[in-house]
Amino acid sequence: MSTTNSIAQARKVVEQLRVEAGIERIKVSKAAAELMSYCEQHARSDPLLVGVPTSENPFKDKKPCIIL
Amino acid sequence: MCDQTFLAITFGPCDNCSETKPLMNIYVKNEPINYCSLCVERMACQGLGPNETLATLKTESETLKTKLEEERAKLHDAELHQVAEKVEALGQFIIKTRRTLKGHGNKVLCMDWCKDKRRIVSSSQVRPFRWRRHEHAVTMPCTWVMACAYAPSGCAVACGGLDNKCSVYPLSLDKNENLAAKKKSVAMHTNYLSACSFTNSDMQILTSSGDGTCALWDVESGQLLQSFHGHSADVLCLDLAPSETGNTFVSGGCDKKANVWDMRSGQCIQSFESHESDINSVRYYPSGDAFASGSDDATCRLFDLRADREVSVYSKDSIIFGVSSVDFSLSGRLLFGGYNDYTINVWDVLKGTRVSILFGHENRVSTLRVSPDGTAFCSGSWDHTLRIWA
Repeated sequence: MSTTNSIAQARKVVEQLRVEAGIERIKVSKAAAELMSYCEQHARSDPLLVGVPTSENPFKDKKPCIIL
Repeated sequence: MCDQTFLAITFGPCDNCSETKPLMNIYVKNEPINYCSLCVERMACQGLGPNETLATLKTESETLKTKLEEERAKLHDAELHQVAEKVEALGQFIIKTRRTLKGHGNKVLCMDWCKDKRRIVSSSQVRPFRWRRHEHAVTMPCTWVMACAYAPSGCAVACGGLDNKCSVYPLSLDKNENLAAKKKSVAMHTNYLSACSFTNSDMQILTSSGDGTCALWDVESGQLLQSFHGHSADVLCLDLAPSETGNTFVSGGCDKKANVWDMRSGQCIQSFESHESDINSVRYYPSGDAFASGSDDATCRLFDLRADREVSVYSKDSIIFGVSSVDFSLSGRLLFGGYNDYTINVWDVLKGTRVSILFGHENRVSTLRVSPDGTAFCSGSWDHTLRIWA
C-alpha cells in the first residue's frame, strides 16, 4: 500500500518540478531594479513613509501647544 | 502553531469495484476519488510507463531539483541591497501608538480592515468574535476564531477556526438583529481554518487549513470551486495577488514552503523553500511582483516572483523570536513585522536594514495589518489589546 502511495506521490512531485523548471525567469538585478522603481514612484503617496500633517491624519490627536 | 495533518479514511462502497471496504480519499487531477486500497494499487500500476519505477521517478525528481537550483543560480547576479545602495536612506522614524482598543477578554488572534479604512474586525481565542465600528464593539456569536476577513463591500464578515469551517455573517446597522441566525456556513475543511480572505467580490472566499489544503468557495451556494493541493503540512496563511485581474495567491505552511497558485487551474506555479521553520504570514508586495513572509525562524524574507527566488532576508542576531505577521506600507518601502517577543520591527525593504523597533504590547503580537489607505497600521496581541500606530 505504501508503495502505490509513494509512486503516485513521486509522480506528482516529478510533474510539479517539470512545471516549475519550465517557467521564465529574469535576473535578480533587473527584478531588484523594478522593485526599487516601484518604491520610488509611490514613495510620495505613502503616508507612513513621509508622514502626513497632524491636521489630516485621523489617527493623530491634535495636541494643544504650550508655551514654555 | 502546528498540528498534525491527517488523512481522512471513510468506509463505504468503492467508486470502482463497488465493494464495501475502507476507502482511500484521494485526489486525481483535482477530482476527489474514493477507491478501496486494491483499486488504488491497480490504478497506480496501470499509469506507470514501461520503465518507470519508484526509483526512476525519484532520480528524475532529484535531477529536476538540481536543474531548478542551477537555473535560479544563473540569474543570481546581484543582491537587492547592493542594487539599492544608491537609494536615499530613510530619515528618522516616528511612529507611535495612537489608539489602544481594549475589550477583548482574551488573546487577539487576527484582524482585518474594512475598505472604508475606519472599521476593523478582530477575533480572539475563546471569547466571541467582535466587530468594531467607530470603536463600538459588536459581539459575533462564534468561538475559537483564528481567522477573520472583511468583505470588500463592508457588508459582511467571514470567520472560522477550530470549528474547521468558514462562516459568513452579514452585517447590519440594527444592533438588536440576531446575527447568529443569519450565519452562512461556506467552507468545510477536515482540520482547523487558519486563514480566509474574500476575493475581489463578496461572492467568493479563499481559505487555508490545517488539513494542508487551500480552497476557493462560492459564498452563495457553499460550493467548492477549486482546491489547492501541494503543501505537505498545515497551511497557515495566504494572501491574494493585488491586481484587479490577478488570479494568483500565495500560501505559507508548516512545511516551510511558500507556494504561488493559479486560482483557475488549481496548479501550484511556483514554490519557495528557504525558510527554516513554519511560515506564519505571507503578504504580496504592492506591485504584485514579489511577496514577503514571516516565519518561526525569526526572519522575514522577500521573494521575487519573476526572478523566482529569495532576494532579501530581514534578520538580526538579536532577534530570536518568531514572526507572526507581516505587512507592507503603501509604497512597499517599509515592511512591518509583528514578533513573538512582543515587539514590532520596521524594515527598509530595499536596504535590508531595520529602521525602527516599536514597543508597547505586553505579549506576543499575533496579527498586523496596514490600513487600506496606508495612513496607519493595526496590531493585535495576546495582551488582549489592539493598537493603531501612525
